[in-house]
Amino acid sequence: MDALFNVEKPLESDYLNCIRCGLCLAVCPTYREHLNEIAGPRGRVALVRKSLEGELALSPNLMAQMNACFACLACNEICPVGIRPAELTLSMRYVQEQVNGSSWKQALFGGLIPNPGKLEAATLPLRLYERTGLRKFAYRLRLTKLMRSQVRDLEAMLPHLPLRPLRHSLPVITEARSQSRVRVGFFLGCAQNLLFAEGSEATVRVLARNGCTVITPREVQCCGMPARGYGRLDLVRVQAKHNVSIFEQAKVEIIVTDCATCGSTLKDYKTLLQNDDGWARRAEAFSSRVRDVSEFLAEIPTEKPKGKIERRVTYHDPCHLRRGQKVWQQPRALLSNIDGIDFIELPEADWCCGSAGSQLITHYETSKKVMQRKADNLANTKADIIASGCPGCQMQLNSAVKRHRLDVRVVHPITLLEEAYKAENAR
Amino acid sequence: MRDKLIDKLMSIVGKKDLLSTPEDLAVYSYDGTFVEAKPDVVVLPETTEQVSQIVRLAAEEHTPVVPRGMGSGLAAASVPYPKGGIVVSLTRMNHILEIDLENATIKAEAGVITADLQNEVEKLGLFYPPDPSSIRHSTIGGNVACNAGGPRCLKYGVTGDYVLGLTVVLADGRILKTGGKSIKDVTGYDLNGLFTGSEGTLGIVTEVLLRLITRPRYAKTALADFNSLEDASRTVTSILTAGIVPASLELMDQTAIKCIEEALQLGLNTEIEASLIIETDGADEQTVIREIEACVGICQAWGACSVKIAGSEAERNALWKARRSMSPSLARKAPNKLGEDITVPRSAIPAVVRRLRMISLKYNLPVVIFGHAGDGNLHPNILFDKRQPDQWAKAEQMVGEIFDASLSLGGSLSGEHGVGILKRPYLERALGPISIEVQRNIKRALDPLNILNPGKMFLE
Repeated sequence: MDALFNVEKPLESDYLNCIRCGLCLAVCPTYREHLNEIAGPRGRVALVRKSLEGELALSPNLMAQMNACFACLACNEICPVGIRPAELTLSMRYVQEQVNGSSWKQALFGGLIPNPGKLEAATLPLRLYERTGLRKFAYRLRLTKLMRSQVRDLEAMLPHLPLRPLRHSLPVITEARSQSRVRVGFFLGCAQNLLFAEGSEATVRVLARNGCTVITPREVQCCGMPARGYGRLDLVRVQAKHNVSIFEQAKVEIIVTDCATCGSTLKDYKTLLQNDDGWARRAEAFSSRVRDVSEFLAEIPTEKPKGKIERRVTYHDPCHLRRGQKVWQQPRALLSNIDGIDFIELPEADWCCGSAGSQLITHYETSKKVMQRKADNLANTKADIIASGCPGCQMQLNSAVKRHRLDVRVVHPITLLEEAYKAENAR
Repeated sequence: MRDKLIDKLMSIVGKKDLLSTPEDLAVYSYDGTFVEAKPDVVVLPETTEQVSQIVRLAAEEHTPVVPRGMGSGLAAASVPYPKGGIVVSLTRMNHILEIDLENATIKAEAGVITADLQNEVEKLGLFYPPDPSSIRHSTIGGNVACNAGGPRCLKYGVTGDYVLGLTVVLADGRILKTGGKSIKDVTGYDLNGLFTGSEGTLGIVTEVLLRLITRPRYAKTALADFNSLEDASRTVTSILTAGIVPASLELMDQTAIKCIEEALQLGLNTEIEASLIIETDGADEQTVIREIEACVGICQAWGACSVKIAGSEAERNALWKARRSMSPSLARKAPNKLGEDITVPRSAIPAVVRRLRMISLKYNLPVVIFGHAGDGNLHPNILFDKRQPDQWAKAEQMVGEIFDASLSLGGSLSGEHGVGILKRPYLERALGPISIEVQRNIKRALDPLNILNPGKMFLE
């Protein structure tokens, strides 16, 4: 196909060997809601092949199918042949942008998102909503009931918002509280900076308590996942190079993040830049140093909390942690190590919650159905607390809890660890 | 013509359940094989009444109707008719209608995923034994239409052994209900048996009534490695003649083990020539343990180099996950595979394994051997590259010889996958002209216009 001659696109070997066995249909959250072949990985792979072979056009409908994938990676993991359908849908979004790019994506992912200052300014109204007391007021007068259900779900997602972005209040250097053993770089993701500031403050304190000197560079940009989801792989590479340079300058041994999505993207820089001669080795070195916070704490000697949390706690596996980074035992071990916790395994703990980046907005109806499945499983555990190390999942779980009127608190596992440390003094 | 048909179908199922864009038709053009044909339109009815109206319309228009579930079949039985027509996907008829604890039966719509059905009944202490490898990506309706098997069928029998009753939409749109909750029933012909395994050529199954049994509380699984494939296949016969009926008795040869290991990294020994997976189950733990230990003893007597009993549920699950991923993981070894499904009397297993290896040597293409050795059902898979014309021709010749080997040992073409499109050319060789004529007469009696899944089972 001539139109795609000069375009970076999936290789034949990425899709040709699909034997159409259908195993992926069993694990695909969008297929299981729609029960339509076109909403499943096998159908998407068929569309990729047929469009790249010229049998089908890159039509709006075909692209809509590529955009409908939640990229939960369940199909990548189950495929016995090694096809990665979720990856293919992301690659096709990039193909589309190369053939016929849209200017709003350039403005959003090329201009706004990589610029922390602008992003903070753009999200100021959210902070004002909390800061001026408008949010409390809205709740007290039940004004949220007047919102359209989608808007209400979105409102319900928001955590207790920080008064100002964490980037400005978190020191660049946080000294270790005991003897310093490791110099750790902390990658402060956008969602933590703007929404989940309390969680990341806890992360830095927990690291410092466990012998880490924590460097939080203020110049980091978005990890790049949002741009990737919208087909701007080129911009992800620009952001990747920026972040690699920043952490090279910080001279850290390890780079820790408390966001599952950031973690999986940062670990993927080595693949994204593998064909870039000047950057391949630097990206490789960078990615090999990246750790999710629960993964890192499992690698170093950590202080066992002396305080107790007498609660029934369950855990939801973020896709980008469980499958994206193969980290699933560590957060469970971390929770089980806290005295008093009655840990109960969530049924289908690694099934996507339906957040999937911005899919919860762009594919609201599907997202809501996927969330329903999670909420039903959560209700069955009768847990008081659900922990999950991903801001996207936390937002979706918050929304699920409010929509289904469950009395469950949604937290990052590190928040619970810190609470257990603090509870020591309360004894 | 097509637009008119679409309008009429739209008035039956509504907009949400009708698909007709080029992208829709492309993804409904295949099943679990390499065969493709594009339909004119796809409908996803939600009730038996809708299916009935669709078929009635198809009969008026003389348009082919091809039913399908999740499209995981391995005989191209649910690939659309090459000249177009209607595809009826039953995936949205996915409700469990009733679980009757007293009679131990379940009534479900055709589109329920078999694994979901199993999980629901197991929660209540009941058990639906048939376990095709596609259990998580195939529907109960598809299982009935193809009379699906699986590893556990050695002890428990196939899908058809559990069918008590069916709701079937006939070729003129009438709705037939067969059977009932009685275990014994010889009133008239066995219509359950007729429609089970008919691959959608005689009617469209929309609801099933299945017999359940009590869930076996204990299971033990062993993995036995052999340095010789011949010894492994002899062990199978020895176990079965020793008075033990394992729930499953599975054989994998070296290539099969290597593919699995590459796909799943379970730590399997890839140096050996063959492995057996043996499972015993039952209501009494001591009996289950005694039986698996007896199997272990027989394996050792036949020279197994290692026999391990899975120590935990996780280990046991890993073994079965390996077995279920077997067939698809072969695609790692070669661009194409032709998977066959022969069955022979169990005494002929060592002989058929020898014949398969000779065929592989003769044509110089690998034939991977694995399958449900305990019930004589093997899945020899020819690995080849379709882009090389001589390999494709060779593979086709090899299929013929594999079938000849099976038939000459008293076996048949297919134990589980069915005939569909892929095995049509060999059907007469296997069954003889009288059987073919009887079967064609049945088809003509039930579907005189030949609109139900035409071109499947018999050559046109």
